[in-house]
Amino acid sequence: MVDAAAPAPKANMGDPVPRYDARAKVTGSALYASDVALPDVAYAFLLSSAIAKGRIKSFDLREARALPGVLDILTHENIGEAIRKVKFFTEGGPASNSILPLGSAEIAYGGQTIAVVLANTYEVARDAAHRVKVDYEVDRPTATFESPGAVDQELATQNKKHDDPKVGDFAAAYATAPVKIDVAYSTPAQHHNPIELFATQCGWNGSQLTVHEPSQNVYGLKNGLATQLGIEPSQVRVVSPFIGGAFGSKGALTQRTALVAIAARKLGRPVKLVPTREQGFTVATYRAETKHRIKLGATRDGKLQALSHDGFEVTSRPDPYAVAGTDASTRMYACPNITSNVTIVRADRSTPGFMRAPAETPYFFALESAMDELAVALAMDPVELRRLNDTMKEPIKSLPYTSRTLMPCFDQASEAFGWSKRNPQPGSMRDGDWLIGWGCATSAYPTQMAPATARVSLFPDGTARVEAASHEIGNGIYTVAGQTAAERLGVPVGKVQVLMGDTDLPPAPVSGGSISTASVCSAVAQACDAIRAKLGDNGTGAVPTVDLVATLKERGLGSVQEYAEWMPHGAAKGGMQMLYKGAAQPIGGAKLPDRIQFAFGAQFVEVRVHARTREIRVPRIVGAFASGRIMNTRTAHSQYMGGMIWGIGSALHEKTEIDANAARYVNTNLADYLVPVNADVVDVQVIMVPEEDTLVNPLGIKGIGEIGIVGTSAAIANAIYHATGQRLRDLPLRIDSLVEAA
Amino acid sequence: MRPFLYDRAASTESAPRAFDGLKEASLIQGRAPAEYLAGGTTLLDLMKLDVMQPARVVDITPLEPQHGSIAISDAGLRLGALVKMSTAADHPAVIKTYPVLAQSLTLAASAQLRNMATLGGNLLQRTRCNYFRDTSWSACNKRNPGSGCAALDGLNRQHAILGASQDCIATYPGDFAQALMALDATLDIAGPSGSRTIPIATLHKPPGSTPHIETTLAPGELITALSIPAGPWTRRSLYLKIRDRQSYEFALASAAIALHLDGDTVKDVRIALGGVASVPWRARDAEASLIGKPLNEATATAAARMAFVGSAPRTHNAYKVTLGQKTVVRALLQAATLEG
Repeated sequence: MVDAAAPAPKANMGDPVPRYDARAKVTGSALYASDVALPDVAYAFLLSSAIAKGRIKSFDLREARALPGVLDILTHENIGEAIRKVKFFTEGGPASNSILPLGSAEIAYGGQTIAVVLANTYEVARDAAHRVKVDYEVDRPTATFESPGAVDQELATQNKKHDDPKVGDFAAAYATAPVKIDVAYSTPAQHHNPIELFATQCGWNGSQLTVHEPSQNVYGLKNGLATQLGIEPSQVRVVSPFIGGAFGSKGALTQRTALVAIAARKLGRPVKLVPTREQGFTVATYRAETKHRIKLGATRDGKLQALSHDGFEVTSRPDPYAVAGTDASTRMYACPNITSNVTIVRADRSTPGFMRAPAETPYFFALESAMDELAVALAMDPVELRRLNDTMKEPIKSLPYTSRTLMPCFDQASEAFGWSKRNPQPGSMRDGDWLIGWGCATSAYPTQMAPATARVSLFPDGTARVEAASHEIGNGIYTVAGQTAAERLGVPVGKVQVLMGDTDLPPAPVSGGSISTASVCSAVAQACDAIRAKLGDNGTGAVPTVDLVATLKERGLGSVQEYAEWMPHGAAKGGMQMLYKGAAQPIGGAKLPDRIQFAFGAQFVEVRVHARTREIRVPRIVGAFASGRIMNTRTAHSQYMGGMIWGIGSALHEKTEIDANAARYVNTNLADYLVPVNADVVDVQVIMVPEEDTLVNPLGIKGIGEIGIVGTSAAIANAIYHATGQRLRDLPLRIDSLVEAA
Repeated sequence: MRPFLYDRAASTESAPRAFDGLKEASLIQGRAPAEYLAGGTTLLDLMKLDVMQPARVVDITPLEPQHGSIAISDAGLRLGALVKMSTAADHPAVIKTYPVLAQSLTLAASAQLRNMATLGGNLLQRTRCNYFRDTSWSACNKRNPGSGCAALDGLNRQHAILGASQDCIATYPGDFAQALMALDATLDIAGPSGSRTIPIATLHKPPGSTPHIETTLAPGELITALSIPAGPWTRRSLYLKIRDRQSYEFALASAAIALHLDGDTVKDVRIALGGVASVPWRARDAEASLIGKPLNEATATAAARMAFVGSAPRTHNAYKVTLGQKTVVRALLQAATLEG
């Protein structure tokens, strides 16, 4: 029987080995942060600000404190500046924002933590939190774009590392282009909403602190927290063996961890915090809303002559967070004249942060919608428009792509989808009361890596052990790291133990930017190769040329252990030291001086729009992706498919609604913040296109965790245009605007 | 959640006594001295959120033997108030003879919720207005009378365009009540001062200037049964629910239709609207406009227009005027194709 979830490997692909942690997760023996039972634990409940701007005049804590079981209440009045400042994430620090936890009476955003109630039970802590009375002095807050008080700033003036990509003379080329479009798009605020909430448990043993918290960066959490608490990093251990969904939300140090650590120290007993789903909307970060203006100019036969992409992104007052997707969107197609600009817009909001394909998700919705609009203006097939402008060199600096398999992705997906049967006329394909539309778009994601380490041990009983403090966020890193060691040491994969998610292990970089597999497996392979060399194997191939276990026994050794420090191409000189501090920066994509490295894909979507009531459904989606070496076709299939389903949600469902007057989030629960349910996900087909890239890293691995979401929303918008003749340029694509015009 | 006293009801007659002795307490809904607990799918949520703070909770699930059965006869259908949503939705006779009822239940909530929630409780489920469900919003007349309505100038994509007031624009969130409205169901009610039977249409109160008073039930009154009279319109009936995703979402707009055709001529028709109104909404003028006429695009469109006369959209819900009308047209034309 063919198992669609475990496709047969093609060229340069590894076996669909079942997940290393599958049995533990299915049987419930995998312990997540909030599952860990600490003795005599006390419970914390957060109180969140009901206003977005202003200050706390006073608290009335009497009723809350009087409740039996309440132990203490932390506020700015008793914390103040007890927690030391750490740098904001994009300034090289570990913090998700630069506001001191309970640092002062000032309120900078709605939902800001303003008190922590500590009690003997969760129920009492929560009840007491409801009884805290807060007297606020309220200032009028700025909610979003164009709200009174919004401040626009060019990103380049706020972030010295940002440089707007430009080449040629856009204005002149656009003015004379025979075919052109000038269009604006927008994308909404979105929240990751991982099923596992933002739990934290802290316990002290003397001066040693152990933190149980789901994290995409345990070394960053350890070092950042030590700085905040004024203790040595060696006094902090972070344990995070399993993460129940993260998508970027668990990468940075949030305000909660230091508060729970201080509470535990104060009470002299462990403290457990599980914020509610509603609080998750402001405890962690989010994808900020964006706006775009794109101008494209082309010759009559479809050659791009001019491209301009202006992006606008909301951020908080204190932190200049931006995703600046123009780095990628200006480099996708051959074009001699390009200009771009990114503007950040400051509002009274929490600081945004990374969310799956942070830059590409919004910026490719704009770019790939615009490409479709240009194809319509040219009366040209949208696939052929991309083929005509395909390039093996990025246009800004003429740097070569290490590999680029875009058009084979389009061709294979198009074939599987049946694109040749498409009638290009909008509204021409109909099934009874349902209008059918077909659309497509390009997917792309930068291939990045960061310094990584691993310790690998081989034992005479034929077992091996891999140790690296990477993070199992559903990406299958346990499995592929184990596979790498099994292959290179010549032992069965079932004989490899893999330990991760613990700062007692060798450091691994943040699990973000789709870097984990390429970075960690490279370090594992390097350690394995050192073991091979020690045991007399001088081969350089993937599999050893001598029986390593037999040699080990022959020599009478108890074990052979090697520790590897692996550095990617282009990494800064101090990168390895930064890794040990939890601050190694991913490098790659369009940020290299000598080359550009990306993974590519193509997505084809069928939508059905009801002719009368206009609800939108996606019965069918086909994605083809080429991302270098595929380590495991099962886990890769899951990543691609998960990304595409995210794309459906991002296109049609997900939107964090913001109250324009209060500058607060409104739909902060999973009944009102919509994500696709099973009934919305019908037929999802993933095609893995073989690709060999010998440059990106010795194993030839590109990241695949995020590319699946890129372009999906544009493909869906393009399909809706084909179904209805209506062009929707604002996400989510909703019935509201379709039904009015129908 | 605040501590509360928990009682298990011993009998239908004694259950209301839990409300005795607490009459001096505030009768504002949401601060009631006592609440009945059946499936708990609304009550427990709102207690955890601190929106409802009953001093006492009376668990009526022990009364399931008396009020948990389904009886079908030539006269109609009788549903015990403690029948689970899923039980009624899966009942073959309900599916066959009263499809609008079965569909309104199947299209509501999730399988897990339908397995817990009871029919009586379903009728009384409270609005999904986010400003009501989150106590950190200070302005909500329904939760805190006189405090204002944050939804009027706030986020109101989900809110009502029919039957709302200057004090509250919350939408009645349910589906099943619309089906019952279309079929002229009656409710048996037990209470401290005896039993009575009322038409479903008189259960819910439009918000007016007292949005905190949502129903005509007196303190301690308990819905015990739902009766749906038989009629030539029940088989040609359906529930159409329009929403952003395919399942597990409240209606943006919905229509319950029951139709009696004589040849091509409309003999009787019932139209009830959901997702667009503050209470389960019967479009009686629209119904009257169709009697004696053929049901076609033109007559259905005219009726749909009539159903939304007087609608009052706000900033984000104007689309519901168009969507609601199209939903009615689609539902009417679809009903006409059903077998009678």
